[in-house]
Amino acid sequence: MENRLQLTIDGRTVWVAPGTTVAAAWVDLHAPAIRRSVAGQPRGPLCGMGICYECRATVDGHPHTRTCQTPCRDGMTITTDR
Amino acid sequence: MREVRCDVLVVGAGPAGLAAAAAAAEGGQSVIVLDENPHLGGQIWRPQAAEANQPSRSVSPRAAAAPPSAHAHRRAHAWHQRAQKRGVIFETGMTLFDAPRTDHLLAVDAAGQASAFSAQQVILATGAAERFLPFPGWTLPGVMGVGGLQAMVKGGMAVRGKRILLAGTGPLLLAVAAFLLDHGAHVVGIAEQASRAAVRRFGTSLWRHPNKLVQAARLFTRLRAVPLLHDAWPTQAEGFGRVEQVRVAAGDRCQEFDVDLLACAFGLVPRTELARLMGCATQSHIDGEIVAVDRWQRTTVATVWCAGEPTGIGGVDLAVAEGLVAGYAASGAFKRAGRAARRRDRARAFAERLDRAYALRPALRALPTDATVVCRCEDVTWQAIRAQPTIRQAKLQTRCGMGPCQGRICGPALAFLTRATPAAPGTATQTTTRPTAATTSSHAAGPSTGWTGDRVRPPLVPVAVNVLIGAGQAPLANHQPSPAPSRHQEISL
Repeated sequence: MENRLQLTIDGRTVWVAPGTTVAAAWVDLHAPAIRRSVAGQPRGPLCGMGICYECRATVDGHPHTRTCQTPCRDGMTITTDR
Repeated sequence: MREVRCDVLVVGAGPAGLAAAAAAAEGGQSVIVLDENPHLGGQIWRPQAAEANQPSRSVSPRAAAAPPSAHAHRRAHAWHQRAQKRGVIFETGMTLFDAPRTDHLLAVDAAGQASAFSAQQVILATGAAERFLPFPGWTLPGVMGVGGLQAMVKGGMAVRGKRILLAGTGPLLLAVAAFLLDHGAHVVGIAEQASRAAVRRFGTSLWRHPNKLVQAARLFTRLRAVPLLHDAWPTQAEGFGRVEQVRVAAGDRCQEFDVDLLACAFGLVPRTELARLMGCATQSHIDGEIVAVDRWQRTTVATVWCAGEPTGIGGVDLAVAEGLVAGYAASGAFKRAGRAARRRDRARAFAERLDRAYALRPALRALPTDATVVCRCEDVTWQAIRAQPTIRQAKLQTRCGMGPCQGRICGPALAFLTRATPAAPGTATQTTTRPTAATTSSHAAGPSTGWTGDRVRPPLVPVAVNVLIGAGQAPLANHQPSPAPSRHQEISL
């Protein structure tokens, strides 16, 4: 697809427009839950600006990446602990 | 580790930081601007994802990171151009994590590479964050900040056809509601905690600010079909794995909404952690702790300046004016700083009216129940936290505020929940009738400002151990909160 970025999110392939954040790509693909809290509760993005750490996931092997602060790049692999 | 030197280091590339950088460069200083976001413009001038398809309009040959203006909001782009003409260097995606000296700051980029920045003057323009108040269900996925949701939509999240309730306080609710309508959302309602009378008083004071009046009129026209509740706040969010229903107390009634998303925020909180880490004094304010500055925006540390929301929430016009004052003053151009200061003082009058109209009402302190999680990072409940006498004890005994966000979310909430002001009569919410912290005996002798200002320690954000080692120090052991005066500390006025 022209002018689209290809990502792999938890094994699924998705295409997004340039400028999309990883958090936005994830929420569009699934429910807003991205991870589990220390007590096992489902959590999703809250602040959208990189301070709450609720949207963190493993991006290209980097754990605890704040996905709301991470623009999508072509070929990116995202793994969540949903 | 990469080491960089400049005359003036600006932290934050929002309106205040951009204006400060341009002003300092026009005053003849070499300037570097750092921002943790991937884009310029801060939260208010955040670019829309679609704009990212535009080809790069200007690329700084000296820029170390990706060209920041390629993805810039129109006004951010204009300031970027003005600053760039004077050779200002922008580094985005750079998160400050320590300031071992007031002229030496450490940052880490998205790839985990650390850099050290040495500067004679530092201008802090670290902005604000939303204040979240805990209520049952607020941790469910789909409950987001008002500005947080807007940021997500600008980052490409689709809201077309989604049912969205907005709750909290301030004109931001209206602005974001209109934004969401423009993106095809179904805005099912707006719950404003302030009374109709307070909002009306504020509205009639807008004749002093004709441009704001025009903005307000446009918003109300756009939102005429959206139910707008006053004296209203969410008391419970429910759903299976995500928010599905929200209960709202509105006056003495209770309303239920079926939703896909709940956006809520109860005003903005100044981000002061870097200023406090650098030893700058703060003072209590209706917005929380704010950085104390003199008329030139200089903090109590002589080489550190502060502009924008950290000195008190005031919006974009005030932030730009304060940025200009700080930038000119830091470069010794006090005549130009003085002209900008007059513009700043006019903008501040508007901010003060806004603060009064949308002050949080004491009844909101009764929102969390015993079982409500207040610290989201460590899943600590209100029951566990309110049994502690101080924020320090709460941290030590419950790990409240000790997770990755370092208390940035629960801290402002607790400062409000523990503030000892008498509850207004007849404003009990429908969630619960248990006593609030303000009336719990262990808090009776506490400060009226609530739990604020526990010491800030490095690292300010979670960073990998190898980054700390690479930074050539052990910040947790050796950090000096009150650094010895550097040779740059005395500058003449």
